[in-house]
Amino acid sequence: MSTLTYGEEAKERVGFFTDTSVCIGCKACEVACKEWNLVPEDGMVWTGESYDNTSELGANTWRHVTFIEQNEPLHAPADGGDSGEVDALRWLMSSDVCKHCTHAACLDVCPTGSLFRTEYGTVVVQEDICNGCGYCVPACPFGVLDKRHIPRPSGDPPAEILGLQLGKEDGRVWKCTLCYDRLKGGHEPACAKACPTDSIQFGPLDELRERAEQRLGKLQAENWNGARLYGHDPDDGVGGFGAFFLLLDEPEVYGLPPDPVVTTRDLPEMWRTAAIAVGAVVAGVLAAFVGGSQ
Amino acid sequence: MTEVRSYYGRPVIKEPVWQPEIPWYFFTGGLAGASSILSLVARLGGNEELAKKSLYIGAAADVVSPVLLISDLGRPERFLNMFRVFKVTSPMSVGSWILMVSGGASSTAALLEATGRLKPVKYLAELVAALSGGPLSVYTATLVSDTAVPVWHEARLELPFLFGSSALASAGAASAMAVAPGEAGPARRLAVGAAIVENVVMQAMEKRLGMLAEPYHEGEAGKYAKLAKACSLGGAALLGLAGRRSRAAAGAGGALLLAGEAALRWSVFKAGFQSARDPKYTVVPQRERAQAG
Repeated sequence: MSTLTYGEEAKERVGFFTDTSVCIGCKACEVACKEWNLVPEDGMVWTGESYDNTSELGANTWRHVTFIEQNEPLHAPADGGDSGEVDALRWLMSSDVCKHCTHAACLDVCPTGSLFRTEYGTVVVQEDICNGCGYCVPACPFGVLDKRHIPRPSGDPPAEILGLQLGKEDGRVWKCTLCYDRLKGGHEPACAKACPTDSIQFGPLDELRERAEQRLGKLQAENWNGARLYGHDPDDGVGGFGAFFLLLDEPEVYGLPPDPVVTTRDLPEMWRTAAIAVGAVVAGVLAAFVGGSQ
Repeated sequence: MTEVRSYYGRPVIKEPVWQPEIPWYFFTGGLAGASSILSLVARLGGNEELAKKSLYIGAAADVVSPVLLISDLGRPERFLNMFRVFKVTSPMSVGSWILMVSGGASSTAALLEATGRLKPVKYLAELVAALSGGPLSVYTATLVSDTAVPVWHEARLELPFLFGSSALASAGAASAMAVAPGEAGPARRLAVGAAIVENVVMQAMEKRLGMLAEPYHEGEAGKYAKLAKACSLGGAALLGLAGRRSRAAAGAGGALLLAGEAALRWSVFKAGFQSARDPKYTVVPQRERAQAG
């Protein structure tokens, strides 16, 4: 990742540190995000999955609060042995969001250049360019991006003139912009602003990483069960997240991948393999003529 | 095996949003690319009939391909945005340029062949179509491998060979159907040989993938895989054993083989969706890697 191309306009890299140990599941972040970014509603289903009827991040959900009910103690016993008595319920809550990866697969595979790296080091979709090819959707190791399937808003002149818009779905991909517009105006993103417990902390990434280490040290000193940082390490498979987390269990329990790797890390190998296969294809045709041309 | 934990059994990654146009494009793109190579080699070898027919087949497939791709876009009217940039990190970007070059060249060559005009331009166009034909028939494998979809990404070493041999088998089969048996020898040999190679590659791929081979023989992907195997091997047998003597056998064998190749593309396509849908295919390999590392 580099904001070097911005020269003097490059800004300090910013991001989120989401400390789930103080999340109270109020969903103020979900609401603030929807309101500020005009993210449309897309139906209401009752899932029966604790207090979560939103289910997952997607084109119309850029902050998603997970709720996990566990028959586990909140604090591990100090001696590390079996706790014997179990607190009735541990209720884990976490506000998930686009990770704004250092090495972002969505950005790499986007064929139109619609996805780009901002001067703040964040990853944003330019909706006036996205043609809805959908490549970023399965490329993201976190399942953040998705195509918007609800009807198009009015006011897309070329489409309207060509009569292509009637009854068509939006068709573009959407995701968290880390409130690019608010950053430009010197404000923190809407979700962080609305969070009443400072579970969502916004700031320069370096500062957030330091703060997270301190917080983890405190929780570990207090024997919090399963406390760990997720996505804070610049040496991980995506070069560290721009939006990282303090979790209280394994990432997969929150629907997050345990060891995400940017798919384009293996692209040199993939292109080499493709080149050899092209050679094999040509050799195959030539071989078919070995017995004569007729 | 590691215990699989997940968030209410929900997928970790998103399923692709690609529609049926895409596996059909894998088929037409492969057919186009391999036919263009077959055409040029036949031309150089002096088999004018085979050269002409495979040129037409390639051009037809090359013309259908972009229509399928544009139809799949969420915003078809913005298809030209594919040519705003050229990005080596995006196989779809690279592929769009390849298809434009290949399609432009093969349709130009076919038009000039049909009208008998501008011979030097036609030869140049044929050369360009053949040179871009290899990349066109293989890059779609790189495209799907370059995702977080477990059965595509982890099969990145085999898929280009699978797609490449499938492309050759379809090109051989289509030309063997179109050309009189006496002049279709190379097309038949290509179809039979490639169909065998493709099934061997598939076996090797499934063996190496281990647990991740499951989606390839379960559900819809599994049905398509069975169909692909039966049709490709059956078609190859018919084409190889009777295609030289009987035009009808060549037609039936070729059609069966083409159906098998289309089914193969559908099988790989569906397996990707199935592996994305089940969190265990994402979580288990990553958890094992994390614990080993």
